[in-house]
Amino acid sequence: MPGFNLTLGFTLVYLTLIVLVPIGALAIKALGLSWKELWELATNERAMAAYKLSLGASLLAAAINAVFGSLLAWVLACYRFPGRRVLDGLVDFPFALPTAVAGLTLANLFSDHGWLGQFLTPLGIKGAFSRLGVVIALTFVGLPFSVRTLQPEIQMLDESVQEAAICLGAGRWRRFITVTAPLLLPTMLTGFGLSFARALGEYGSIAFISGNLPFQTEIAPTLIVMRLDQYDYTGAISVALVLMIFSFALLLILNTLQGWADKFHEP
Amino acid sequence: MKPPVGSISRPSQPRRRGIGPAPVQWVLITVAVLFSAVFLVLPLVNVFAQALAAGFGPYWNALRDPETRSALRLTLLVAAISVPINALFGLAASWAIAKFEFRGKTMLLTVIDLPFSISPVVAGLLFVLLFGAQGLLGHWLEVRHIRILFALPGIVLATIFVTFPYVARELIPVMRAQGREQEEAALTLGAGGWTTFWHVTLPSVKWGLFYGIVLCNARAMGEFGAVAVVSGHVAGQTDTLPLRVEKLYNEFDPVAPFAVATLLALVALVTMAIKTFLEWKTRRQA
Repeated sequence: MPGFNLTLGFTLVYLTLIVLVPIGALAIKALGLSWKELWELATNERAMAAYKLSLGASLLAAAINAVFGSLLAWVLACYRFPGRRVLDGLVDFPFALPTAVAGLTLANLFSDHGWLGQFLTPLGIKGAFSRLGVVIALTFVGLPFSVRTLQPEIQMLDESVQEAAICLGAGRWRRFITVTAPLLLPTMLTGFGLSFARALGEYGSIAFISGNLPFQTEIAPTLIVMRLDQYDYTGAISVALVLMIFSFALLLILNTLQGWADKFHEP
Repeated sequence: MKPPVGSISRPSQPRRRGIGPAPVQWVLITVAVLFSAVFLVLPLVNVFAQALAAGFGPYWNALRDPETRSALRLTLLVAAISVPINALFGLAASWAIAKFEFRGKTMLLTVIDLPFSISPVVAGLLFVLLFGAQGLLGHWLEVRHIRILFALPGIVLATIFVTFPYVARELIPVMRAQGREQEEAALTLGAGGWTTFWHVTLPSVKWGLFYGIVLCNARAMGEFGAVAVVSGHVAGQTDTLPLRVEKLYNEFDPVAPFAVATLLALVALVTMAIKTFLEWKTRRQA
């Protein structure tokens, strides 16, 4: 079969130019900086506040998606009701919509006079330009990841396992808790992780909805942009390195999880 | 780790019906629909409602603004350059990965998935460190009066970085499922490599390729973080549509950012419609 050298060669050259050289530039730049200064800028008070918000809000958003996204996946996979097709299609909306538009419309929806914000204001809750706004935007962008990971898994649930449980006399709830839920758990965790990873890197929607206040509503990617705007390259690199360490650690965990989930499918 | 979103080859019909007692079912359906109404339907409707809040006149005027029109042109130009290049990469990478066995394939797949786990802002930063005034090639470029950063080439490169996996990731499973038998048959019958590719491989993966391109295009037109870092925000010159939305938003214009946003929302809606259509088509073939 021909074409191996050509296609693999092109692939490798392309990846080298587009991915590896730029990452190499970061590595070379970082190595040329003083470690003490890098460490200081990566861990100063403002940066720590940004990581805390980034991690906390991303975790919360992923948790919300783990609950409601899984519920949505279950409902779409198991039930028939009017509008199911439309709902199924809409799940991809946050993925297809540019994040700037997502941030714009969510900030408006949850602002004091917005369609949803007007109900929150009397309760003393600020939806937009607050930490809650960050969580809302991150939930929005992560939702498809959690639904689409779990949905095919629910559709492919092995019915013979269910029937065996019925034969053994397990009731509905017992079946769900002891048979179905454990089967879905690894995939649910993968969905949680993907939604978390997506949230961790998100910038566009947050730029609109958070207000970007240092120490309060500033996430790590925003801090990188702020430091770049002030030509503070060392500061930007230090936060970028921390963010990349988070992402790669998460990638490692996710691949392990995927391996675990795949074990469930071995014949 | 490949995100599961975007694949058109997934089962979509509920195979099993009515799990759980009827009241539980209806409670679950109601909660799911309410959640989707708040998080999916309202944000979409709100874009158009705010854009048209003052009627068609202001909406139309906002779109006719020269800087908005220049942003539209730039966005179309960037997509027109980066999407075909990424499609070419996707075809080459998926051919090598799906049709052949070689060492380091897992590693290669990990590199292809990198943009999914690198923040777009960090992606933009990488190019700043390479081409910026203080970057590795900054001096070399400056002496030769070549502008990459804060100009079209930088925006295109950042867009390519963020969107290159989409076509490849869409094609790899399709090509793998296709196997090599058909190509091998064509080759045995005396067809050349290119002929085999054009007449055997390409027709059988065309819908996967098409959807990969559509998805790549949607992401390319909508990219914000990476482009925001490398663009320099020169109005009328290096502002793409998403950056134009941000600028108008920061000017507290009540209508214009939403008017520009409707264009991007339409791209998203068309992308979703194409996905639904292709899912329906692949299911019917199956």
